[in-house]
Amino acid sequence: MHHRAGTAGCSSDWPAALGELYDKFAALVHSQAHRVLDDEEAADQVTREVFGYIWENPDAYDPKQGSMRSWVARLTNSQAVHRLRQSEAAALAEGGGGTAEELEQKVRRAAVAARADYIVTSMPAPLRAALELAYFQRRDYRQTAADLGVTEDEARRRLRLGLQLLATAHTRSLEGSSPPGYGRAL
Amino acid sequence: MNGPLGGGGDGEEVRGVPRIPSPRAAADDLRPDAYRPGPSVPPEPAPDSGPAGPADATRSAPAGASNTADSGSNGSADDSGNRAVNGASTSGDPAAGDTPAAPEASAAPSHGVLKSLLGAWALSACSAEETAAVEEHLGDCAPCAEEALRLRDAVGLLHTDRDLDLDPLLRFRVLENCLGRRPARIPVPGWADPYDAETARLDALLRDIGDSEWHAPVRLKWFEGERRMSRRTTVAGVIGHLLTVDGIVAGAMGLDDPLGPHAPLLPAARTEAFWNDMDLPPTGTMRDPWRDQSHDLIRTVSFAGPGVADMSVSYGSFALSLRDALLDRAFECWIHADDIAGAVDYPYPPPSGAHLNRMIDLAARLLPAALAERRRAGLAGPPRHLVAAGAPGRSLHLEVEGSGGGSWYIALDSPAAVGSPDKSVAQVALDGVEFCKLVAGHVSPEEAAAGQDGDRQAIRDVLFAAAALSRL
Repeated sequence: MHHRAGTAGCSSDWPAALGELYDKFAALVHSQAHRVLDDEEAADQVTREVFGYIWENPDAYDPKQGSMRSWVARLTNSQAVHRLRQSEAAALAEGGGGTAEELEQKVRRAAVAARADYIVTSMPAPLRAALELAYFQRRDYRQTAADLGVTEDEARRRLRLGLQLLATAHTRSLEGSSPPGYGRAL
Repeated sequence: MNGPLGGGGDGEEVRGVPRIPSPRAAADDLRPDAYRPGPSVPPEPAPDSGPAGPADATRSAPAGASNTADSGSNGSADDSGNRAVNGASTSGDPAAGDTPAAPEASAAPSHGVLKSLLGAWALSACSAEETAAVEEHLGDCAPCAEEALRLRDAVGLLHTDRDLDLDPLLRFRVLENCLGRRPARIPVPGWADPYDAETARLDALLRDIGDSEWHAPVRLKWFEGERRMSRRTTVAGVIGHLLTVDGIVAGAMGLDDPLGPHAPLLPAARTEAFWNDMDLPPTGTMRDPWRDQSHDLIRTVSFAGPGVADMSVSYGSFALSLRDALLDRAFECWIHADDIAGAVDYPYPPPSGAHLNRMIDLAARLLPAALAERRRAGLAGPPRHLVAAGAPGRSLHLEVEGSGGGSWYIALDSPAAVGSPDKSVAQVALDGVEFCKLVAGHVSPEEAAAGQDGDRQAIRDVLFAAAALSRL
């Protein structure tokens, strides 16, 4: 009798859940996409694609592989880099912008930025919190220690370790490091 | 401390994160030793060119032969500081050994402390004295200098989130895109069920008919006053009619009115305007806009809060709650689907009993007002016995038989009165579908096969009022 109204009330299917998902991750997705693509419209588009993919593939996220947040970040970065490569290649084919090497370099830079974002997103929360205080809120490490309720030694350690992790963004390209089962194009 | 990647870090970018925390003393301590090749010039920081992060260095270092000094120094930062000083002097490293500030050595921070400051230094998060001490140290200590450079670069990768000014419309577009890809299984509120069901049934009928059948002639019928009215159109024209009148409800809910912002309010005027505006006779292309609009309506009422059911929908000369308006649209949808089915010779059963019951109930609730209107127009007998508003008044017992049936008591003298079995002066019994056809103007009051008992005038007035509920 009911053609559109489903029978089973799968809670993850509620649009409310979709709205919640958006509210939780949209800033992350959009800012990371924007960082890679440096274009508002393209970032909007990637945001649509990423949420569309998540919504359409409710089982794609495997909690065993990490937090939802880092999974979303990975999807975003991969999709944004993919999109950048596509649009740059198209521009190249049209004889528009630059050489193939410049394209590669641009994609590589974007990939590093994407990796950095991903690393920040998925690094242990205490490290991220320390970096956020010191970098974004301009707290020195003593204030950071006080804010976090840890010793100054520990604050120094967290800042250093956080940056060491972040520095690894330079060491490998994003390509080839995708976990199995994850396609770049959503 | 086990980060989100804990355990599953195989092959992932930040490999080693989960391993870093526990061996941190070693990680802190080992680096200088790993770089301590004796008196020769420190090699280029080759270990960092590969994927080897600090954690990798930690794991690989113990395999090296030159680390005997470490075994005793896996302790606090102070230990490592002492050891570093010793190491520098014993190895004869000129850079580390010839510290001009030797007298201050006891006051100056140790190597270990300076090294631990590198992160804070890169972030400009230490005191002026510490900054100066670190920078002086960097001139002397290649490993620290190298790390300092890397960490400074890393700071460049941090950036402020641009999350403060996300376009609010993006949310709508993203959600819309999602739901377009995979419609949500949203529970349709119960009161919208009949509309959901009837539009789906009609859509199934439309899916089955051929292109030519869209042009099959259909005669729409209704009552005005005492007169039977009719209008010729086609199957496609009927769908256009449903589209335009559904559009009243859509407009009331803030959706786009299919006739545009300055469309007439009255259902009949809207339909005529729509038909007149068409350059060519309507075709099967009517189906999509009609269906899309009904989907939008259902989606909108499903998304909205429960209060939406009581929202008022104006039809120009009267208004209904959204709950009743959608029920009315469900009723019209069925009636016209039945018209279409008749025109293309397609079997079309009536709605389910539960839905039929609600449609009959709506008509029964509208009857007293319709009766009063006819009375004002001189088409019905005068009120016999007025009562206070809300009090039980003279009533007609409407007994509807068959699926979806039941008993209703129609207040005869005033819409303000309440129908009551005790004040019943007449009874009409008829089949549910028959009653609906009467209300739809498809059966005339005289022809309605009704069992009648009691006040003849009351019965006539109610049956004609029922027919008067019909419209184009």
